[in-house]
Amino acid sequence: MSSKTAKSSKADKGDPEEMWDLRLYTAGQTPKSMAAIKNLKRICEQHLPGRYNIEVIDLMANPRLAKDDQIVAIPTLVRKLPDPLRRIVGDLSDEARTLVGLQLRRHQESESA
Amino acid sequence: MDRASHPQLKGAALEKAPTGIAGLDEITGGGLPRGRPTLICGSAGCGKTLFGMEFLVRGATEFGEPGVFIAFEETAHELGQNVRSLGFDLEKLIAKNKIAVDYVHIERSEIAETGDFDLEGLFVRLNMAIDAVGAKRVVLDTIETLFGGFSNTLILRSELKRLFRWLKDKGVTAIITGERGDGRLTRQGIEEYVSDCVILLDHRVTEQLSTRRLRVVKYRGTTHGTNEYPFLIDENGISVLPVTSLALNHPASAERIPSGVPGLDAMLGGDGFYRGSSILISGTAGTGKTSLAAHFAHATCARGERCLYLAFEESPAQLARNMRSIGVDIEPWLKKGLLRIEASRPSLHGLEMHLARVHKQVAEFDPKVVIVDPISNLVTAGSELDTQAMLLRLIDFLKGHGITAMFVNLTSGGGSWEKTDIGVSSLIDTWILLRDIELGGERNRGLYVLKSRGMKHSNQIREFLITSKGIQLEEVYIGPEGVLTGSMRAAQEAREKAADIERRQHAERKQRELTMRRAALEAQIKALQAEFAAAEDEAKVSLAESAAREQTIESERERAAERRASTARTPAPRQTTKGKPK
Repeated sequence: MSSKTAKSSKADKGDPEEMWDLRLYTAGQTPKSMAAIKNLKRICEQHLPGRYNIEVIDLMANPRLAKDDQIVAIPTLVRKLPDPLRRIVGDLSDEARTLVGLQLRRHQESESA
Repeated sequence: MDRASHPQLKGAALEKAPTGIAGLDEITGGGLPRGRPTLICGSAGCGKTLFGMEFLVRGATEFGEPGVFIAFEETAHELGQNVRSLGFDLEKLIAKNKIAVDYVHIERSEIAETGDFDLEGLFVRLNMAIDAVGAKRVVLDTIETLFGGFSNTLILRSELKRLFRWLKDKGVTAIITGERGDGRLTRQGIEEYVSDCVILLDHRVTEQLSTRRLRVVKYRGTTHGTNEYPFLIDENGISVLPVTSLALNHPASAERIPSGVPGLDAMLGGDGFYRGSSILISGTAGTGKTSLAAHFAHATCARGERCLYLAFEESPAQLARNMRSIGVDIEPWLKKGLLRIEASRPSLHGLEMHLARVHKQVAEFDPKVVIVDPISNLVTAGSELDTQAMLLRLIDFLKGHGITAMFVNLTSGGGSWEKTDIGVSSLIDTWILLRDIELGGERNRGLYVLKSRGMKHSNQIREFLITSKGIQLEEVYIGPEGVLTGSMRAAQEAREKAADIERRQHAERKQRELTMRRAALEAQIKALQAEFAAAEDEAKVSLAESAAREQTIESERERAAERRASTARTPAPRQTTKGKPK
């Protein structure tokens, strides 16, 4: 576990070449889902310009994935890459918490933890 | 019961989904409310998950209602392993598409909350699982785990409310489990969202013995048993033991069954016990209680009826050996399967477990007679009150099934004879008391029928002999010093025998004297008769002589007259002769 954390801290400190693979789970075209997509794009553009990949999964269309990927709350953002896997729940309107959740801001991580 | 509830409302009565859990459907009058959520709450380890799982498995296997299990705490694999011990093959049911299990994993450390969210993911999964198997039943175990995973309880509460509404709209019968909280039914107070039916499970340990109890806290729109019902979890799942004593409506059989001791049957009006009655044999240690019970078991099996013997003191082998020594061979019945001896230490289980074992054994074995030897030991498995309640339920249960029950009770010395330590005497129909009688340096056994409802019974105390040929009841002697038993009785018997012989000899003597006297008198009569006959003869002879003499005199006189006539030829003497009759 500690080795992974060390690895991730290296990653978020900014390996500028590392690609971010993000997956956003939504359920239909709800206001919350729309807000989440909008917020996510904005944050990525701001903090990870050119090195992110967002996949939006509508569980209404793919209900199986809710089970396979252990989704309970909607919207849920999953950081598949870089390791380790992180989950963020909510419409991402709280930008500070989103950044901590994605480990894009380190100093607050220790606070929240 | 049915007639008492409003018949006009029957059509609109709440539809119920049978759980298939033994006993629960009796308490709830048919099961859980169909199409509505039910809350099962209780502390950790009280059997909530198993309850939910049994509801699903029974639904799928017995009622043709597939189900969905949403597990928040265990994976499908773990669940399968856990319920395998209860005889449920979860994997097979999943493979046959009768049950769907979805493990919802929530790890707080993985989740950060960044704004508004809902639990639509859970809904999607639930919906998918329901559709996949066509589920009619849903179990959410334990939904409160969500409160550990998410910090925004406001959202959670409104989402749970929405979930329960959604489940109702889906028309599935749902079970939601919850951990018991301080002073509340659930830790998060979710009972306020589930208002139709709430069942509380409890697992108490008193004096190192655990007892599980179940209570229907609330069941809207229906009557239900409100007591705490003990339940247990064993290899056949959960069984709840409802108290049937609320209604005293046992059928009463007039059939009589012999006790196995002819002398005792004679004391009970000649026919023995009533079938389906409860019999108590009480007495101090070593008074022959078990022997008497064994006779009854023996007689039952000899009639070809099954007998269940619950032994709390002796192992089956020991019991068989001991009974063989008094001429009661129970071995063949054991081999034939007519007799089943269930031996266990009373402290092995809680009282409820004992009771449940009886229930199970009765269901499996279908005995006509159940013997519990002894009930007094059960006190070690619970308090006196608990034991009494348990025995009440046991007696009711057995009576309800028309099973004759014999209870053996060890009375501790010093106390009153007419009292059981457990206070069940009022529930007993026939009470036989065994006591030892100490007299003349001996300790002998006495037996009497303290009460026997609905039959004539002897008021005598009989001496109770345990011989190598079984129990024998002897008449006891009541002399000036009281009841005589043992050698004193034997001595008295000998004395009486001697007196008897003497009496007989005296009578014989009298008889002989009489005969002799009769002979003497008869001889005397004969002599007198002979004397009389001689006298008679003599009299006859003298009579004949006098007659002859008279004749002679007459003829002499006639001759004289003729002689006078021939000399005088006077008419006068002629007339005289003429006047005489010819």
